[in-house]
Amino acid sequence: MITLENVSHEWDDFSLKNVSFSVKKGEHFIILGPTAAGKTLILETIAGFYVPREGKILLHGKDITHIPPEKRNIGFVYQDYSLFPHMNIKENVAFGLKMQKLPKKEVEAKVQEIMDSMGISYLQNRLPSTLSGGEQQRVALARSLVIDPEILLLDEPLSALDPRTRETLREELKRIHEVRGTTTIHVTHDQDEALALADRIGVIMDGKLVQVDDPHRVFNEPATEEIATFVGVENVIDGKIISKTAWLWWRLENIRYALFQISRKEK
Amino acid sequence: MATKKALTGVKRHSLSLIFLFVGSLLIIFTTLTLFNMIFRQIIFDTEGLLEAAADPVVVKSIVLTLYCSFLATLIAALLGTPLAYVLARHDFLGKSVVESVIDVPVVIPHSVAGIALYALFMSRSPVGEAFSNIGIVFEDSMWGIVVAMLFVSAPFYVNAAREGFQSINPRLERVARNLGASQWKSFCKITLPLAVRHLFSGAVMAWARGISEFGAVIMIAFYPMIAPVLIFYRFTTHGLAGSQPIAVLLILICIGVFVLLRTSAKYWEKKK
Repeated sequence: MITLENVSHEWDDFSLKNVSFSVKKGEHFIILGPTAAGKTLILETIAGFYVPREGKILLHGKDITHIPPEKRNIGFVYQDYSLFPHMNIKENVAFGLKMQKLPKKEVEAKVQEIMDSMGISYLQNRLPSTLSGGEQQRVALARSLVIDPEILLLDEPLSALDPRTRETLREELKRIHEVRGTTTIHVTHDQDEALALADRIGVIMDGKLVQVDDPHRVFNEPATEEIATFVGVENVIDGKIISKTAWLWWRLENIRYALFQISRKEK
Repeated sequence: MATKKALTGVKRHSLSLIFLFVGSLLIIFTTLTLFNMIFRQIIFDTEGLLEAAADPVVVKSIVLTLYCSFLATLIAALLGTPLAYVLARHDFLGKSVVESVIDVPVVIPHSVAGIALYALFMSRSPVGEAFSNIGIVFEDSMWGIVVAMLFVSAPFYVNAAREGFQSINPRLERVARNLGASQWKSFCKITLPLAVRHLFSGAVMAWARGISEFGAVIMIAFYPMIAPVLIFYRFTTHGLAGSQPIAVLLILICIGVFVLLRTSAKYWEKKK
């Protein structure tokens, strides 16, 4: 379990304001926010590249705020995959295990196993520059998963892919998460991606975490008008809620409207 | 009809053609100057060239030139690589001042650089005195040559190295650290191998610059004579006939070494 407690930090053109959230073991948590909302910086802070000016980061209850990145055992997959261009695919995947100074045989076995399970064994002697985006993404995932990280950080993992590959990899991410159960923090600006993969969603705007909720609640009951606009609610009605039951009526109306549409289409 | 078509073709490319013509003048200027000297020497005075090649004074001066410049490049690499990395990766107050300081040796006259070096490193100055206490003297010694070469060639190395480091995405280093590599490990395993081509070409540039240095060296160390100083000396005492063979010999050796370095670098890269 990882917890951020009142984390605040300022960069040149972005700041985090009092961000707190907690991700349970095995959970797939998605931070959803508009592009250029500094989402990468949140992940880099969790990974240990910035020590927040204020606040704490706890991993399994232990304060890791001041622990350097190499001692956190957190996997990171960047949007551009950042494969080491001078190493072939096998060396890329083996890098983390070699840093742990594992015996050669063990490294070999673990690398083979993860490459088989991700279906990338056939790439092992190729250089990253010769791979397609989807292949690079699988390699980057394999490279960070092979060290069995406590937390896996995914920075817009699907946004650089073409639509077809994106869909395949989204399913792949889902499968990997189901099989390995790695606690995952994943940032994206894509609502579909969030809805398809997230156990819970945190919406970030202007460096503030404005809503943390189940996916359907974020989309059906956005906390503020801004969130509503961002998650794509088209009809925002000004007014005052005088009774919560009105909400129910609104939903029933929607269902009736939907049924009406279906029946009309059938005719 | 065909000529008309060709003509419109010329018209369409008139800008590039004119630029090509004007630009080739510069290339002709450079190559003509060098080849004129080299070929005239080889064709009309082979004997003089062979004589120079057999002259121990000449050989010694050329070897000394290559060796001193190599030492200067080595020092530039040892001190310049960390500096270049810091400049490539960090922003700090006064960074632009530091960057200008690095480039200063390129823009000041080299005789001026020589005077400044002499003033600092002569044994009567505190710095020169401190060095002479540990047995290093700069006036008319190899170390004088090395500091002069270092002064003028370091910018070439540092700038090339900085460009090399800048071309590496810092995310690669970050990923390495996430995977358990310390800062040092990630520098050695990721950054250095990726920058090595830039570092190498920077070193070659610095080395070449060191070999060609005359103005700064002559102020602090007339003796032992490096090849450019010897060429100047022979020119003033024996004229063109006495100095040209040495000049051609030096140029041939330099070209030979550079071709060798470049091809070996290419071969090395291909092998990887």
